[in-house]
Amino acid sequence: MLTYIWIAMVVLSVVYGAATGRIEAVGQGAMDGAKAAVNLCMAMLAPMCLWSGLTELLTRVGALGGLNRLLSPVMGRLFPEAKRHGDTALIAANIGANVLGLGNAATPLSIRASKALGKRCEGGVASAELCRLIVLNTASLQLLPMTVCSIRAGLGSEAPFDIVPAVWISSGAALCVGLGAMFLAEKLFGKGRKRK
Amino acid sequence: MTLGMLCGVILPLLILVAAVASAVRGVDAMDAVSHGAMTGLKVAAGILPGLVGLLVGVYMLRASGLLAVFSDGAGRLLSRVGLPGEIAPLLVVRPFSGSGAIATAAELMETHGPDSLVGRLAAVILGSSETTLYTANVCLNAAGVRRSRWALPVAMVTELAACGASAAAVLLMWG
Repeated sequence: MLTYIWIAMVVLSVVYGAATGRIEAVGQGAMDGAKAAVNLCMAMLAPMCLWSGLTELLTRVGALGGLNRLLSPVMGRLFPEAKRHGDTALIAANIGANVLGLGNAATPLSIRASKALGKRCEGGVASAELCRLIVLNTASLQLLPMTVCSIRAGLGSEAPFDIVPAVWISSGAALCVGLGAMFLAEKLFGKGRKRK
Repeated sequence: MTLGMLCGVILPLLILVAAVASAVRGVDAMDAVSHGAMTGLKVAAGILPGLVGLLVGVYMLRASGLLAVFSDGAGRLLSRVGLPGEIAPLLVVRPFSGSGAIATAAELMETHGPDSLVGRLAAVILGSSETTLYTANVCLNAAGVRRSRWALPVAMVTELAACGASAAAVLLMWG
């Protein structure tokens, strides 16, 4: 889908640029864009490496395990069926990785947690608990949004972390809205089949 | 001490805690940090290709003058809710593409300055939302389900809420 968007962008730019006599500027724009991309990646490389190094160290030292122990009871309440089958650790690991901003580690963990919940979905239909897992995963709960702060730092922000409280507030609000919408959907559609 | 400064203190404290804990637990700190830095390198390098593609497109669009046309239109819609029109592309891209969202947000931050209202708005939106469709798809595929019932609509609602809450938070704190 992104491909089509890109093709449209580029074609439209050249056509419109030619029509308004700016075609050379459009060509220059292509070069500037590539340069900007490289500069941006270079700028965020340093903070990114620092943070990744730190989180690897924290993981090896057992921070993730500690976080999981904290999260498990909460997960047990949200996922009662998973608790009965002993899967809360997987879910806690998934969410824990999200919280610590370990985006790349979180993906395989989310796959494992989804697989476990998927086993209990009948007939290829998502269970309520799987939907909850998806909502939790898409709500982006991060303690320190490192990618964003790295970009800001690389671009010369005076205080790259000062948006973090705002991020907490809006992630929290989004999570509440998401969970609310989800419980509402469960009430309205959950026990689906019993019309009439 | 502002909250922002507090967050700036967290980093050195975390480093301290991690280093001490590694000494206590016999973990090779240098190895862990280098290992992790390699991961960071791969992540940044992984973002680069998509970023090149997107920024080439965006810069071309801007150079042709077409972007201004779109932004004005979107701007008029968004300013009815008090938001700057420049973030329209970000709102559109965000649920669909992670690297697209990073590229768009980064571009906004660079053009308007990371500490400007638009820059902060872009940063907060980027930080408090996820690539909804991609994430949901990963989970659904892993679970092997075909009918996802209300998972996707609720995820989109969460996404919208994140954008709305971001805007509200940024406007409140820096508007």
